[in-house]
Amino acid sequence: MCDKKKVFALGPREKALISVVGFTLIVAVVMLIGSRIPDSAIMTDFANINQAPSSSHIFGTDWMGRDMLLRTLKGLSLSIWVGIICSLSSTCVAVIMGIIGPVFGKKVDAVICFLVDLVLSIPHTIVVILVSIACGGGFRGLVVGVAITHWTSLTRVIRAEILQLKEAEYIKTAEMFGKTRAQICVQHMLPHIVPQLIVGTILVFPHAIIHEASITFLGFGLPSHEPAIGIILSESMKYLTSGQWWLATFPGLTLVLISLAVSSVGRNLEKIIDPAAAYKI
Amino acid sequence: MLLKADAVTFGYTKDKTILKNIDFQIESGEIVGITAPSGFGKSTLGKLLAGYLQPNTGTVTLDGKPLKKGGYNPVQLIFQHPEKNVDPKWKMKKVLREAWNPPQEMIEEMGIRESWMNRWPSELSGGELQRFCVLRALSPETKFLIADEMTTMLDVITQAQIWQVVKKYARLHNMGIIVISHEKALVERLCTRVVYLDNN
Amino acid sequence: MNSKPIFQVENFGVSFSQYVKGIERRELHVITNLDINLYKGKILAVLGSSGSGKSLLAHAILGILPYNASIYGKMYFKGQEISQKDREALRGHAISLIPQSVNYLDPLIKVGKQVGFSLRQKSEAEKKQLVLQQFAKYGLAPEVYDYYPHQLSGGMARRVLLSTALLAESEIIIADEPTPGLDEQSLKEVLADFRKTTDEGCAVLMITHDINAARTIADQIAVFYAGSTLEIANVEEMTGDGSKLRHPYTKALLRAMPDTEFVPVEGTQPMPGEMTKGCLFSDRCAYKTEQCLAETPPLRDVRGGKVRCFHAS
Repeated sequence: MCDKKKVFALGPREKALISVVGFTLIVAVVMLIGSRIPDSAIMTDFANINQAPSSSHIFGTDWMGRDMLLRTLKGLSLSIWVGIICSLSSTCVAVIMGIIGPVFGKKVDAVICFLVDLVLSIPHTIVVILVSIACGGGFRGLVVGVAITHWTSLTRVIRAEILQLKEAEYIKTAEMFGKTRAQICVQHMLPHIVPQLIVGTILVFPHAIIHEASITFLGFGLPSHEPAIGIILSESMKYLTSGQWWLATFPGLTLVLISLAVSSVGRNLEKIIDPAAAYKI
Repeated sequence: MLLKADAVTFGYTKDKTILKNIDFQIESGEIVGITAPSGFGKSTLGKLLAGYLQPNTGTVTLDGKPLKKGGYNPVQLIFQHPEKNVDPKWKMKKVLREAWNPPQEMIEEMGIRESWMNRWPSELSGGELQRFCVLRALSPETKFLIADEMTTMLDVITQAQIWQVVKKYARLHNMGIIVISHEKALVERLCTRVVYLDNN
Repeated sequence: MNSKPIFQVENFGVSFSQYVKGIERRELHVITNLDINLYKGKILAVLGSSGSGKSLLAHAILGILPYNASIYGKMYFKGQEISQKDREALRGHAISLIPQSVNYLDPLIKVGKQVGFSLRQKSEAEKKQLVLQQFAKYGLAPEVYDYYPHQLSGGMARRVLLSTALLAESEIIIADEPTPGLDEQSLKEVLADFRKTTDEGCAVLMITHDINAARTIADQIAVFYAGSTLEIANVEEMTGDGSKLRHPYTKALLRAMPDTEFVPVEGTQPMPGEMTKGCLFSDRCAYKTEQCLAETPPLRDVRGGKVRCFHAS
């Protein structure tokens, strides 16, 4: 009575899978192309300055005749790198903080909760600026700054999950079966937080790149010779009033689109690996 | 072996004690029923005897020694809701073998089908899950089994099936069983001795 | 049962579309061939073990199945066939659910106020008066009106929930496991509570796995097995050695009771997806024949009850 049907209509899981694969590809391609563009391709070319978007320069050119499409791609690939490094490092911090809190007792937990509240209560932008200046600015300062401010929400999620797991009947039963604390952590607890980890890491990513861009825009991030989106945007401010709208529009739009794409990968991945949804449609 | 509670008093909060000065003992091979209306602390007594909780005053001892911390607990407790007692991320074959490796014949006696082994806990019904939970706890190291409303949520046929296996095993291995249940008929059917908890 | 049923479920089935592995899907038939009739002033117990699909039946009647479920078969309310839209319109008014516990009440709103929610058109004062009247019928003190849900005991909560259903002028009350682990004395109280609703003309559908509860409370018992009705028996037949019963499964249930023989029948209930053709109980039945394996027996009228077995007489 159980007929395995080949269903061609797209269920939610198929849709989720398609968007995960699709958006991941888009991000990967942007990153790849951006990192392959040689510096010579965006040299100044005074024969073609301030051109509006056209078929030869889809995104137009700037006041030095550089092709905006190539600059944007290069900037995006840099942003994506910053995003990857920042989200991975903040996940590491979050896992450590989230697990040691509940496991090592009340005092440690109180300290960690205080740290989380502390970081959350100060506006991110200010912390990132301070840290990035303290670390000598540039790429390194920016990455450290963003990583230090983005671990909090994931820490809270993991901490709550571990606290709840600690009280679960099957964990108590495992204790009664003589399992050690380490065994329970690895066998019972870790599998439960893996989905949150993956999804959490991905969802930090768009935050990280937007913050990177905004800090750079404000002049506290990457140095101005880097082709970062933040740099492009802050430069183009000067030209907006003279009618060169394309300088800011396209790089800004693509930055937003990439963030949305990554965030959609995170959300759809959640649908696919969420245990509750594993057998449902 | 002798599992003994001596003048045990317990309350979850300081001003409200649920159990006052309770004495209870069970020897290997005995099947003892504990019955009382809801809210009289039957389950709490079960948890105290299995070492899940520590009494405020009084002692719980196994052969004169306090229950040891860590390692396999010779007093195993089985709860009413099996779905809370299995890790939802573990397949059933892993759940079954968490504590020991039950022999094939016991798996069959318990009515566990081969096809259930590769399923996730969420795909099985309460009756099916409870068979795993019971068998999982029947390792040779288990000297006393506390069944806290173990079959309350199950249909009578599954209930009879599970108890048949447990009773046979207890007889063979001289295991003691404490049956905590509100159902008089079941307790009277199973037990060699019944303890009624009342207001003290 | 001469009068016409107020609610009928006929040849009803529920299936779920489910992901098996990756994106491979299948249809899982959870309920098949399910039939019940509800009569005014009567209590029908649906008796089934966990995994028999009894809770899904309640969800289907109320139209709150998840969207990957599909339904077939027919439901009639007062002789009229009803659709999913009708079910949505009926629930909370003509058809009410009595949930298992107070957890279904909003913990932050006073009990009396919540009960009054079903009286939409009335003023606050009128609402309060009607609620208090209803409370009085159930022996609930007027103070209960100002209680918060956590202050209610189990029995009070049930009476509050019943009052809600009656104030909504429900004609059908569905109670999902209203008696988890109750002793004999408490069961009698539950019975008294439900009797009061049937005296006001309600039909009650009680879902339970507990034979004692079903025997104490109900007028008729529908026995569920693997998503199908195997027998509909009158409550007085469910006693002693079960010789008045019709289906081998129902008889086996009685034999497995701790106060009778406490003897189980071999085997287990088939899981959704494992059900084969023919009678669902055939792999555990002592009387099975070729016919039982080949085709599904129809639900037949036998001795004032119904049974889905070729050999019952």
